[in-house]
Amino acid sequence: MFSFCTDPATLEGFQWLSCYLTTGKHMSMYWAFGTVLLLLAITAPTALAFGFAGASAARSQVAPLRWIGKTYIAIVRGIPDIAFFLFFVIALDQAFEYIRHRVKCPDWEEPVRQGNDFIVCTAAKLPLGNAPQWVHETYGFMLAVLTFAIVFGAFAANVLFGAMRAVPKGQLETAEAYGMNRRQTFWRVMVPQMWVYALPGLSNLWMVLIKATPLLFLLGVEDIVYWARELGGAKQPQFTDYPHPDWRMWYFAALLVFYLCFTKVSEFVLSKIMVKLTHGQATAAGEAQRRAAA
Amino acid sequence: MKNLILSTVALAVAGSMTFADGHSVVRLGTEGAYPPYNFLNDDGEVDGFEREVGDELCARAELTCEWVTNEWDSIIPNLVSGNYDVIIAGMSITDERDEVIDFSEAYTQPDPSAYLALSADADLAGGVVAAQTGTIQAAFIAGTGATLLEFATPDETVAAVKSGEADAVLADKSFLQPIADADGEVMLLAQEELIGGGVGLGVRESDGELRETLNAAIMSMKADGSLNELIAKWGVGEQF
Repeated sequence: MFSFCTDPATLEGFQWLSCYLTTGKHMSMYWAFGTVLLLLAITAPTALAFGFAGASAARSQVAPLRWIGKTYIAIVRGIPDIAFFLFFVIALDQAFEYIRHRVKCPDWEEPVRQGNDFIVCTAAKLPLGNAPQWVHETYGFMLAVLTFAIVFGAFAANVLFGAMRAVPKGQLETAEAYGMNRRQTFWRVMVPQMWVYALPGLSNLWMVLIKATPLLFLLGVEDIVYWARELGGAKQPQFTDYPHPDWRMWYFAALLVFYLCFTKVSEFVLSKIMVKLTHGQATAAGEAQRRAAA
Repeated sequence: MKNLILSTVALAVAGSMTFADGHSVVRLGTEGAYPPYNFLNDDGEVDGFEREVGDELCARAELTCEWVTNEWDSIIPNLVSGNYDVIIAGMSITDERDEVIDFSEAYTQPDPSAYLALSADADLAGGVVAAQTGTIQAAFIAGTGATLLEFATPDETVAAVKSGEADAVLADKSFLQPIADADGEVMLLAQEELIGGGVGLGVRESDGELRETLNAAIMSMKADGSLNELIAKWGVGEQF
Protein backbone atom coordinates (compact mmCIF):
# COMPACT_ATOMS: atom_id res chain seq x y z
CA MET A 1 0.00 0.00 0.00
CA PHE A 2 2.55 2.58 1.12
CA SER A 3 6.03 2.97 -0.38
CA PHE A 4 7.79 2.15 2.90
CA CYS A 5 6.03 -1.23 3.16
CA THR A 6 8.50 -3.16 1.02
CA ASP A 7 10.34 -4.66 4.00
CA PRO A 8 7.94 -4.86 6.97
CA ALA A 9 10.52 -6.66 9.17
CA THR A 10 12.49 -3.39 9.55
CA LEU A 11 9.46 -1.30 10.45
CA GLU A 12 8.19 -0.51 13.90
CA GLY A 13 5.25 1.00 15.71
CA PHE A 14 2.87 3.12 13.73
CA GLN A 15 4.51 2.50 10.35
CA TRP A 16 4.35 -1.27 10.84
CA LEU A 17 0.72 -1.03 11.87
CA SER A 18 -0.24 1.13 8.92
CA CYS A 19 1.37 -1.39 6.56
CA TYR A 20 -0.18 -4.32 8.41
CA LEU A 21 -3.67 -2.87 8.33
CA THR A 22 -3.52 -2.22 4.59
CA THR A 23 -2.49 -5.69 3.34
CA GLY A 24 -4.64 -7.29 0.66
CA LYS A 25 -6.09 -9.57 3.30
CA HIS A 26 -7.22 -6.67 5.45
CA MET A 27 -8.74 -5.02 2.41
CA SER A 28 -10.83 -8.17 1.97
CA MET A 29 -12.06 -7.70 5.53
CA TYR A 30 -13.01 -4.09 4.90
CA TRP A 31 -14.92 -5.21 1.84
CA ALA A 32 -16.69 -7.79 4.00
CA PHE A 33 -18.18 -4.93 6.08
CA GLY A 34 -19.70 -3.75 2.81
CA THR A 35 -20.99 -7.27 2.12
CA VAL A 36 -22.73 -7.37 5.49
CA LEU A 37 -24.31 -3.93 5.00
CA LEU A 38 -25.37 -4.87 1.47
CA LEU A 39 -26.92 -8.07 2.77
CA LEU A 40 -28.91 -6.11 5.34
CA ALA A 41 -29.95 -3.52 2.77
CA ILE A 42 -31.28 -6.18 0.40
CA THR A 43 -32.59 -8.67 2.95
CA ALA A 44 -34.64 -6.28 5.06
CA PRO A 45 -37.02 -5.15 2.29
CA THR A 46 -37.15 -8.65 0.78
CA ALA A 47 -38.01 -10.19 4.15
CA LEU A 48 -40.63 -7.52 4.67
CA ALA A 49 -42.15 -8.38 1.29
CA PHE A 50 -42.15 -12.08 2.21
CA GLY A 51 -43.73 -11.17 5.54
CA PHE A 52 -46.38 -9.01 3.94
CA ALA A 53 -47.26 -11.73 1.44
CA GLY A 54 -47.29 -14.35 4.20
CA ALA A 55 -49.49 -12.27 6.48
CA SER A 56 -51.90 -11.37 3.67
CA ALA A 57 -52.10 -15.04 2.70
CA ALA A 58 -52.64 -16.14 6.29
CA ARG A 59 -55.70 -13.93 6.65
CA SER A 60 -57.01 -14.55 3.15
CA GLN A 61 -60.58 -15.71 2.62
CA VAL A 62 -59.41 -18.30 0.08
CA ALA A 63 -58.77 -21.46 2.12
CA PRO A 64 -55.74 -22.90 0.21
CA LEU A 65 -54.01 -19.51 0.27
CA ARG A 66 -54.65 -19.28 3.99
CA TRP A 67 -53.19 -22.74 4.52
CA ILE A 68 -50.06 -21.85 2.56
CA GLY A 69 -49.58 -18.66 4.58
CA LYS A 70 -50.09 -20.35 7.93
CA THR A 71 -47.91 -23.36 7.05
CA TYR A 72 -45.09 -21.07 5.91
CA ILE A 73 -45.20 -19.12 9.17
CA ALA A 74 -45.46 -22.22 11.36
CA ILE A 75 -42.77 -24.31 9.66
CA VAL A 76 -40.08 -21.67 9.28
CA ARG A 77 -40.62 -20.29 12.77
CA GLY A 78 -40.39 -23.76 14.23
CA ILE A 79 -37.14 -24.92 12.65
CA PRO A 80 -33.86 -23.86 14.28
CA ASP A 81 -32.06 -21.24 12.19
CA ILE A 82 -28.84 -23.21 11.93
CA ALA A 83 -30.59 -26.36 10.70
CA PHE A 84 -32.41 -24.23 8.18
CA PHE A 85 -29.23 -22.53 7.00
CA LEU A 86 -27.22 -25.72 6.67
CA PHE A 87 -29.85 -27.83 4.99
CA PHE A 88 -31.89 -25.36 3.04
CA VAL A 89 -29.17 -23.70 0.99
CA ILE A 90 -27.79 -26.96 -0.43
CA ALA A 91 -31.35 -28.16 -1.09
CA LEU A 92 -32.30 -24.89 -2.76
CA ASP A 93 -29.17 -24.92 -4.92
CA GLN A 94 -29.82 -28.52 -5.98
CA ALA A 95 -33.47 -27.75 -6.69
CA PHE A 96 -32.49 -24.90 -9.04
CA GLU A 97 -29.95 -27.11 -10.79
CA TYR A 98 -32.42 -29.98 -11.10
CA ILE A 99 -35.01 -27.76 -12.78
CA ARG A 100 -32.41 -26.38 -15.20
CA HIS A 101 -31.21 -29.92 -15.82
CA ARG A 102 -34.69 -31.10 -16.83
CA VAL A 103 -35.17 -28.09 -19.10
CA LYS A 104 -31.74 -27.92 -20.73
CA CYS A 105 -30.77 -31.58 -21.05
CA PRO A 106 -33.92 -33.56 -21.83
CA ASP A 107 -31.99 -36.44 -23.40
CA TRP A 108 -29.68 -37.04 -20.43
CA GLU A 109 -29.73 -40.75 -19.60
CA GLU A 110 -27.83 -41.14 -16.34
CA PRO A 111 -29.49 -40.66 -12.95
CA VAL A 112 -28.98 -37.34 -11.21
CA ARG A 113 -28.08 -39.02 -7.93
CA GLN A 114 -25.18 -41.45 -8.20
CA GLY A 115 -24.39 -42.67 -4.72
CA ASN A 116 -23.40 -39.55 -2.81
CA ASP A 117 -22.89 -37.44 -5.89
CA PHE A 118 -25.39 -34.97 -7.24
CA ILE A 119 -24.73 -34.77 -10.97
CA VAL A 120 -26.49 -32.58 -13.49
CA CYS A 121 -25.34 -31.91 -17.04
CA THR A 122 -22.69 -29.23 -17.45
CA ALA A 123 -25.09 -26.73 -19.02
CA ALA A 124 -27.38 -26.96 -16.00
CA LYS A 125 -24.73 -26.11 -13.42
CA LEU A 126 -25.50 -22.98 -11.49
CA PRO A 127 -23.45 -20.97 -11.93
CA LEU A 128 -21.73 -22.59 -14.92
CA GLY A 129 -18.55 -24.43 -13.98
CA ASN A 130 -16.45 -22.09 -16.12
CA ALA A 131 -17.95 -18.91 -14.69
CA PRO A 132 -15.45 -16.59 -12.98
CA GLN A 133 -15.18 -16.68 -9.20
CA TRP A 134 -17.13 -13.46 -8.67
CA VAL A 135 -20.17 -15.03 -10.34
CA HIS A 136 -19.98 -17.94 -7.90
CA GLU A 137 -19.66 -15.52 -5.01
CA THR A 138 -22.59 -13.40 -6.19
CA TYR A 139 -24.70 -16.51 -6.62
CA GLY A 140 -23.80 -17.66 -3.09
CA PHE A 141 -24.66 -14.21 -1.81
CA MET A 142 -28.04 -14.25 -3.53
CA LEU A 143 -28.79 -17.68 -2.03
CA ALA A 144 -27.89 -16.22 1.36
CA VAL A 145 -30.22 -13.26 0.82
CA LEU A 146 -33.03 -15.59 -0.20
CA THR A 147 -32.52 -17.84 2.83
CA PHE A 148 -32.38 -14.90 5.22
CA ALA A 149 -35.48 -13.40 3.59
CA ILE A 150 -37.44 -16.64 3.93
CA VAL A 151 -36.47 -17.10 7.59
CA PHE A 152 -37.00 -13.52 8.67
CA GLY A 153 -40.02 -13.18 6.38
CA ALA A 154 -41.84 -15.79 8.45
CA PHE A 155 -41.25 -13.84 11.64
CA ALA A 156 -42.21 -10.61 9.92
CA ALA A 157 -45.38 -12.31 8.63
CA ASN A 158 -46.37 -13.17 12.18
CA VAL A 159 -45.72 -9.62 13.35
CA LEU A 160 -47.71 -8.12 10.47
CA PHE A 161 -50.51 -10.65 10.96
CA GLY A 162 -50.86 -9.46 14.54
CA ALA A 163 -50.57 -5.81 13.50
CA MET A 164 -53.37 -6.20 10.95
CA ARG A 165 -55.63 -7.55 13.66
CA ALA A 166 -54.66 -4.74 16.02
CA VAL A 167 -56.10 -2.03 13.76
CA PRO A 168 -59.27 -0.90 15.63
CA LYS A 169 -62.37 -2.59 14.26
CA GLY A 170 -64.20 0.73 14.27
CA GLN A 171 -61.82 2.02 11.59
CA LEU A 172 -62.64 -0.88 9.28
CA GLU A 173 -66.38 -0.64 9.94
CA THR A 174 -66.28 3.05 9.17
CA ALA A 175 -64.51 2.30 5.90
CA GLU A 176 -67.23 -0.17 5.00
CA ALA A 177 -69.88 2.36 5.98
CA TYR A 178 -68.31 4.74 3.48
CA GLY A 179 -68.92 2.10 0.82
CA MET A 180 -65.35 0.77 0.38
CA ASN A 181 -65.10 -2.83 -0.69
CA ARG A 182 -62.81 -5.36 1.07
CA ARG A 183 -59.85 -4.57 -1.12
CA GLN A 184 -60.14 -0.84 -0.69
CA THR A 185 -60.56 -1.21 3.08
CA PHE A 186 -57.42 -3.34 3.19
CA TRP A 187 -55.19 -1.03 1.17
CA ARG A 188 -56.56 2.37 2.19
CA VAL A 189 -57.43 1.90 5.84
CA MET A 190 -55.82 -1.17 7.30
CA VAL A 191 -52.34 -1.17 5.73
CA PRO A 192 -51.56 2.51 6.45
CA GLN A 193 -52.63 2.05 10.08
CA MET A 194 -51.05 -1.30 10.82
CA TRP A 195 -47.41 -0.13 10.63
CA VAL A 196 -47.58 1.65 13.95
CA TYR A 197 -48.55 -1.64 15.59
CA ALA A 198 -46.02 -3.62 13.58
CA LEU A 199 -43.00 -1.40 14.13
CA PRO A 200 -42.00 -2.52 17.65
CA GLY A 201 -42.01 -6.15 16.46
CA LEU A 202 -40.28 -5.32 13.19
CA SER A 203 -37.59 -3.25 14.90
CA ASN A 204 -36.92 -6.23 17.13
CA LEU A 205 -36.53 -8.39 14.03
CA TRP A 206 -34.17 -5.87 12.47
CA MET A 207 -31.94 -6.02 15.54
CA VAL A 208 -31.96 -9.83 15.45
CA LEU A 209 -31.17 -9.71 11.72
CA ILE A 210 -28.14 -7.49 12.34
CA LYS A 211 -26.85 -9.95 14.90
CA ALA A 212 -27.60 -12.93 12.66
CA THR A 213 -25.32 -11.79 9.82
CA PRO A 214 -22.39 -13.93 11.08
CA LEU A 215 -24.51 -16.90 9.93
CA LEU A 216 -23.38 -15.79 6.46
CA PHE A 217 -20.23 -17.77 7.04
CA LEU A 218 -22.27 -20.97 7.29
CA LEU A 219 -23.46 -20.22 3.79
CA GLY A 220 -19.92 -19.97 2.43
CA VAL A 221 -19.90 -16.17 2.20
CA GLU A 222 -16.72 -14.76 3.70
CA ASP A 223 -18.11 -12.27 6.16
CA ILE A 224 -16.45 -10.10 8.82
CA VAL A 225 -16.45 -12.84 11.46
CA TYR A 226 -14.59 -15.16 9.08
CA TRP A 227 -11.96 -12.51 8.39
CA ALA A 228 -11.64 -11.56 12.06
CA ARG A 229 -10.91 -15.19 12.87
CA GLU A 230 -8.59 -15.65 9.92
CA LEU A 231 -6.64 -12.41 10.45
CA GLY A 232 -6.56 -12.66 14.22
CA GLY A 233 -5.09 -16.16 14.39
CA ALA A 234 -1.41 -16.49 15.28
CA LYS A 235 0.86 -16.11 12.24
CA GLN A 236 4.29 -17.70 11.93
CA PRO A 237 7.14 -15.85 10.18
CA GLN A 238 7.42 -18.51 7.43
CA PHE A 239 3.99 -17.73 6.10
CA THR A 240 3.63 -13.97 6.37
CA ASP A 241 5.60 -10.73 6.39
CA TYR A 242 3.70 -9.67 9.50
CA PRO A 243 4.07 -12.44 12.11
CA HIS A 244 2.07 -11.92 15.29
CA PRO A 245 0.63 -13.98 18.18
CA ASP A 246 -3.07 -14.71 18.63
CA TRP A 247 -4.79 -11.33 18.15
CA ARG A 248 -8.33 -12.58 17.73
CA MET A 249 -9.43 -10.74 20.87
CA TRP A 250 -8.65 -7.36 19.25
CA TYR A 251 -10.37 -8.25 16.01
CA PHE A 252 -13.48 -9.43 17.82
CA ALA A 253 -13.39 -6.30 19.95
CA ALA A 254 -13.46 -4.29 16.72
CA LEU A 255 -16.48 -6.30 15.56
CA LEU A 256 -18.16 -5.67 18.91
CA VAL A 257 -17.73 -1.94 18.46
CA PHE A 258 -19.05 -2.15 14.90
CA TYR A 259 -22.17 -4.07 15.89
CA LEU A 260 -22.83 -1.85 18.92
CA CYS A 261 -22.52 1.33 16.85
CA PHE A 262 -24.73 -0.14 14.18
CA THR A 263 -27.49 -1.12 16.60
CA LYS A 264 -27.27 2.32 18.23
CA VAL A 265 -27.75 4.03 14.86
CA SER A 266 -30.61 1.64 14.11
CA GLU A 267 -32.34 2.46 17.39
CA PHE A 268 -32.08 6.15 16.63
CA VAL A 269 -33.52 5.78 13.11
CA LEU A 270 -36.28 3.44 14.27
CA SER A 271 -37.40 5.85 16.98
CA LYS A 272 -37.60 8.61 14.35
CA ILE A 273 -39.72 6.34 12.16
CA MET A 274 -41.96 5.52 15.11
CA VAL A 275 -42.59 9.21 15.77
CA LYS A 276 -43.49 9.69 12.11
CA LEU A 277 -45.80 6.68 11.98
CA THR A 278 -47.57 7.64 15.19
CA HIS A 279 -48.54 10.98 13.71
CA GLY A 280 -52.33 11.25 13.43
CA GLN A 281 -52.97 7.66 14.57
CA ALA A 282 -55.80 6.63 16.88
CA THR A 283 -53.36 5.38 19.53
CA ALA A 284 -52.35 6.73 22.95
CA ALA A 285 -49.00 7.88 21.55
CA GLY A 286 -50.75 9.54 18.61
CA GLU A 287 -53.09 11.33 20.99
CA ALA A 288 -50.15 12.48 23.14
CA GLN A 289 -48.46 13.83 20.03
CA ARG A 290 -51.61 15.73 19.05
CA ARG A 291 -51.91 17.29 22.52
CA ALA A 292 -48.27 18.30 22.58
CA ALA A 293 -48.67 20.03 19.24
CA ALA A 294 -51.91 21.76 20.24
CA MET B 1 -26.97 -1.89 -32.77
CA LYS B 2 -28.67 -4.91 -34.25
CA ASN B 3 -25.29 -6.20 -35.43
CA LEU B 4 -23.88 -5.71 -31.99
CA ILE B 5 -26.67 -7.77 -30.41
CA LEU B 6 -26.34 -10.46 -33.08
CA SER B 7 -22.62 -10.78 -32.63
CA THR B 8 -22.99 -10.85 -28.86
CA VAL B 9 -25.52 -13.66 -29.15
CA ALA B 10 -23.26 -15.51 -31.60
CA LEU B 11 -20.33 -15.13 -29.23
CA ALA B 12 -22.36 -16.33 -26.29
CA VAL B 13 -23.57 -19.39 -28.21
CA ALA B 14 -20.07 -20.20 -29.46
CA GLY B 15 -18.73 -19.69 -25.96
CA SER B 16 -21.22 -22.02 -24.36
CA MET B 17 -20.58 -24.64 -27.04
CA THR B 18 -16.83 -24.77 -26.54
CA PHE B 19 -17.35 -25.14 -22.81
CA ALA B 20 -20.21 -27.60 -23.09
CA ASP B 21 -18.28 -30.81 -22.52
CA GLY B 22 -15.92 -31.89 -19.76
CA HIS B 23 -14.27 -29.62 -17.27
CA SER B 24 -13.40 -26.40 -18.98
CA VAL B 25 -12.46 -24.96 -15.61
CA VAL B 26 -11.45 -27.22 -12.75
CA ARG B 27 -12.30 -25.66 -9.42
CA LEU B 28 -9.90 -26.57 -6.62
CA GLY B 29 -11.39 -26.43 -3.15
CA THR B 30 -9.10 -25.84 -0.17
CA GLU B 31 -9.37 -24.75 3.44
CA GLY B 32 -6.85 -21.90 3.42
CA ALA B 33 -6.07 -22.23 7.14
CA TYR B 34 -3.54 -25.07 7.41
CA PRO B 35 0.02 -23.90 6.79
CA PRO B 36 2.27 -25.09 5.27
CA TYR B 37 -0.25 -27.11 3.20
CA ASN B 38 -2.58 -24.26 2.39
CA PHE B 39 -3.12 -20.80 3.85
CA LEU B 40 -4.05 -17.29 2.80
CA ASN B 41 -1.01 -15.05 2.28
CA ASP B 42 -0.88 -11.34 3.06
CA ASP B 43 -2.63 -10.54 -0.19
CA GLY B 44 -5.51 -12.82 0.75
CA GLU B 45 -4.63 -15.40 -1.92
CA VAL B 46 -4.30 -19.14 -1.42
CA ASP B 47 -0.63 -19.99 -0.89
CA GLY B 48 1.48 -22.86 0.41
CA PHE B 49 2.64 -26.32 -0.59
CA GLU B 50 -0.67 -27.30 -2.14
CA ARG B 51 -0.98 -24.06 -4.05
CA GLU B 52 2.30 -24.82 -5.85
CA VAL B 53 1.49 -28.51 -6.32
CA GLY B 54 -2.01 -27.70 -7.59
CA ASP B 55 -0.81 -25.06 -10.06
CA GLU B 56 1.89 -27.41 -11.36
CA LEU B 57 -0.56 -30.32 -11.71
CA CYS B 58 -2.99 -28.12 -13.63
CA ALA B 59 -0.18 -26.94 -15.91
CA ARG B 60 0.93 -30.51 -16.62
CA ALA B 61 -2.60 -31.81 -17.17
CA GLU B 62 -3.38 -28.72 -19.29
CA LEU B 63 -6.34 -27.79 -17.16
CA THR B 64 -7.55 -24.30 -16.34
CA CYS B 65 -7.83 -24.21 -12.58
CA GLU B 66 -9.44 -21.85 -10.15
CA TRP B 67 -8.92 -21.76 -6.36
CA VAL B 68 -11.84 -21.72 -3.98
CA THR B 69 -11.79 -21.70 -0.17
CA ASN B 70 -14.32 -23.63 1.86
CA GLU B 71 -14.42 -24.37 5.57
CA TRP B 72 -13.17 -27.82 6.54
CA ASP B 73 -16.46 -28.97 8.10
CA SER B 74 -18.40 -28.92 4.85
CA ILE B 75 -15.57 -29.53 2.42
CA ILE B 76 -16.77 -33.04 1.38
CA PRO B 77 -20.52 -32.23 1.12
CA ASN B 78 -19.71 -29.27 -1.14
CA LEU B 79 -17.55 -31.47 -3.38
CA VAL B 80 -20.24 -34.12 -3.89
CA SER B 81 -22.91 -31.50 -4.54
CA GLY B 82 -20.65 -30.06 -7.23
CA ASN B 83 -19.59 -26.65 -5.89
CA TYR B 84 -16.00 -27.45 -6.84
CA ASP B 85 -14.31 -30.41 -8.52
CA VAL B 86 -11.24 -31.26 -6.45
CA ILE B 87 -10.42 -31.16 -2.74
CA ILE B 88 -6.79 -30.18 -2.19
CA ALA B 89 -6.67 -29.48 1.52
CA GLY B 90 -4.08 -31.66 3.23
CA MET B 91 -6.67 -34.43 3.38
CA SER B 92 -5.25 -37.82 4.40
CA ILE B 93 -6.48 -40.80 2.46
CA THR B 94 -8.68 -42.90 4.75
CA ASP B 95 -11.14 -45.74 4.14
CA GLU B 96 -14.03 -43.81 5.68
CA ARG B 97 -13.55 -40.84 3.34
CA ASP B 98 -12.96 -43.22 0.44
CA GLU B 99 -16.51 -44.52 0.84
CA VAL B 100 -17.88 -41.07 0.05
CA ILE B 101 -15.35 -39.66 -2.43
CA ASP B 102 -12.42 -40.97 -4.48
CA PHE B 103 -8.77 -40.15 -3.88
CA SER B 104 -5.90 -39.62 -6.29
CA GLU B 105 -2.43 -41.03 -5.69
CA ALA B 106 -0.88 -39.65 -2.51
CA TYR B 107 1.31 -36.59 -3.14
CA THR B 108 2.95 -36.63 0.31
CA GLN B 109 4.39 -39.44 2.39
CA PRO B 110 2.43 -40.36 5.50
CA ASP B 111 3.34 -37.55 7.89
CA PRO B 112 3.51 -38.55 11.56
CA SER B 113 1.10 -36.68 13.81
CA ALA B 114 2.71 -34.83 16.70
CA TYR B 115 1.54 -33.43 20.03
CA LEU B 116 2.04 -29.78 20.91
CA ALA B 117 1.81 -28.88 24.60
CA LEU B 118 2.84 -26.24 27.13
CA SER B 119 5.10 -28.64 29.01
CA ALA B 120 6.84 -31.93 28.30
CA ASP B 121 4.88 -33.80 30.97
CA ALA B 122 1.42 -33.19 29.47
CA ASP B 123 -1.04 -35.97 30.29
CA LEU B 124 -1.73 -37.64 26.95
CA ALA B 125 -3.28 -40.80 28.38
CA GLY B 126 -6.05 -39.31 30.51
CA GLY B 127 -6.00 -35.55 29.86
CA VAL B 128 -7.79 -33.32 27.38
CA VAL B 129 -6.41 -33.41 23.83
CA ALA B 130 -7.60 -30.99 21.15
CA ALA B 131 -7.97 -31.82 17.45
CA GLN B 132 -9.77 -30.37 14.45
CA THR B 133 -13.25 -31.79 13.76
CA GLY B 134 -13.41 -34.49 11.12
CA THR B 135 -9.67 -35.18 10.97
CA ILE B 136 -7.81 -38.47 11.37
CA GLN B 137 -6.33 -37.04 14.56
CA ALA B 138 -9.79 -36.47 16.07
CA ALA B 139 -10.75 -40.05 15.23
CA PHE B 140 -7.50 -41.29 16.78
CA ILE B 141 -7.97 -39.38 20.07
CA ALA B 142 -11.55 -40.64 20.30
CA GLY B 143 -10.09 -44.14 20.38
CA THR B 144 -7.62 -43.42 23.22
CA GLY B 145 -8.27 -42.80 26.91
CA ALA B 146 -7.88 -39.03 26.53
CA THR B 147 -10.83 -36.65 26.34
CA LEU B 148 -11.26 -35.27 22.83
CA LEU B 149 -11.87 -31.54 22.44
CA GLU B 150 -12.85 -30.65 18.86
CA PHE B 151 -12.57 -27.32 17.06
CA ALA B 152 -13.67 -26.20 13.61
CA THR B 153 -10.34 -24.64 12.60
CA PRO B 154 -6.71 -25.74 13.17
CA ASP B 155 -5.92 -22.34 14.64
CA GLU B 156 -8.42 -22.79 17.46
CA THR B 157 -6.92 -26.14 18.50
CA VAL B 158 -3.56 -24.46 19.11
CA ALA B 159 -5.21 -21.53 20.90
CA ALA B 160 -6.94 -24.03 23.22
CA VAL B 161 -3.57 -25.42 24.32
CA LYS B 162 -2.14 -21.96 24.93
CA SER B 163 -5.15 -20.93 27.01
CA GLY B 164 -4.89 -24.12 29.06
CA GLU B 165 -8.26 -25.42 27.89
CA ALA B 166 -6.56 -28.52 26.48
CA ASP B 167 -3.44 -30.29 27.69
CA ALA B 168 -2.14 -30.91 24.18
CA VAL B 169 -3.14 -30.75 20.52
CA LEU B 170 -2.66 -33.57 18.03
CA ALA B 171 -2.11 -32.52 14.40
CA ASP B 172 0.16 -33.14 11.42
CA LYS B 173 3.74 -32.55 12.48
CA SER B 174 4.41 -30.28 9.51
CA PHE B 175 1.62 -27.98 10.73
CA LEU B 176 2.79 -27.88 14.37
CA GLN B 177 6.56 -27.59 13.71
CA PRO B 178 6.54 -23.92 12.56
CA ILE B 179 4.32 -23.00 15.52
CA ALA B 180 6.68 -24.67 17.99
CA ASP B 181 9.63 -22.93 16.31
CA ALA B 182 8.08 -19.47 16.45
CA ASP B 183 6.45 -19.67 19.86
CA GLY B 184 8.61 -20.18 22.95
CA GLU B 185 5.67 -21.10 25.16
CA VAL B 186 4.76 -24.35 23.44
CA MET B 187 6.82 -27.41 22.48
CA LEU B 188 6.49 -30.59 20.47
CA LEU B 189 6.38 -33.77 22.54
CA ALA B 190 8.61 -36.75 21.82
CA GLN B 191 5.65 -39.07 21.37
CA GLU B 192 4.34 -39.22 17.79
CA GLU B 193 1.51 -41.18 16.22
CA LEU B 194 1.74 -42.84 12.83
CA ILE B 195 -1.78 -42.46 11.48
CA GLY B 196 -3.02 -41.68 8.01
CA GLY B 197 -1.79 -42.82 4.64
CA GLY B 198 -0.48 -39.74 2.91
CA VAL B 199 -2.37 -36.81 1.49
CA GLY B 200 -4.33 -37.13 -1.75
CA LEU B 201 -6.64 -35.08 -3.95
CA GLY B 202 -10.34 -35.75 -3.37
CA VAL B 203 -12.62 -36.05 -6.40
CA ARG B 204 -16.21 -37.16 -6.90
CA GLU B 205 -16.65 -40.91 -7.38
CA SER B 206 -18.36 -40.24 -10.71
CA ASP B 207 -15.40 -38.17 -11.93
CA GLY B 208 -13.07 -41.05 -12.89
CA GLU B 209 -11.66 -39.27 -15.93
CA LEU B 210 -10.50 -36.23 -13.97
CA ARG B 211 -8.97 -38.53 -11.37
CA GLU B 212 -6.93 -40.35 -14.04
CA THR B 213 -5.74 -37.05 -15.53
CA LEU B 214 -4.61 -35.80 -12.14
CA ASN B 215 -2.99 -39.14 -11.28
CA ALA B 216 -0.92 -38.99 -14.46
CA ALA B 217 0.21 -35.47 -13.55
CA ILE B 218 1.12 -36.52 -10.00
CA MET B 219 3.11 -39.47 -11.40
CA SER B 220 5.05 -37.20 -13.72
CA MET B 221 5.82 -34.82 -10.84
CA LYS B 222 7.03 -37.74 -8.76
CA ALA B 223 9.14 -39.07 -11.62
CA ASP B 224 11.08 -35.87 -12.36
CA GLY B 225 11.64 -34.98 -8.71
CA SER B 226 9.73 -31.70 -8.82
CA LEU B 227 7.34 -32.96 -6.15
CA ASN B 228 10.25 -33.78 -3.84
CA GLU B 229 11.59 -30.27 -4.30
CA LEU B 230 8.28 -28.78 -3.18
CA ILE B 231 8.04 -31.18 -0.23
CA ALA B 232 11.50 -30.08 0.90
CA LYS B 233 10.73 -26.40 0.31
CA TRP B 234 7.58 -26.40 2.45
CA GLY B 235 8.69 -29.06 4.93
CA VAL B 236 5.75 -31.43 4.65
CA GLY B 237 7.36 -34.68 5.77
CA GLU B 238 9.53 -37.22 3.98
CA GLN B 239 10.32 -37.17 0.26
CA PHE B 240 9.35 -39.88 -2.21
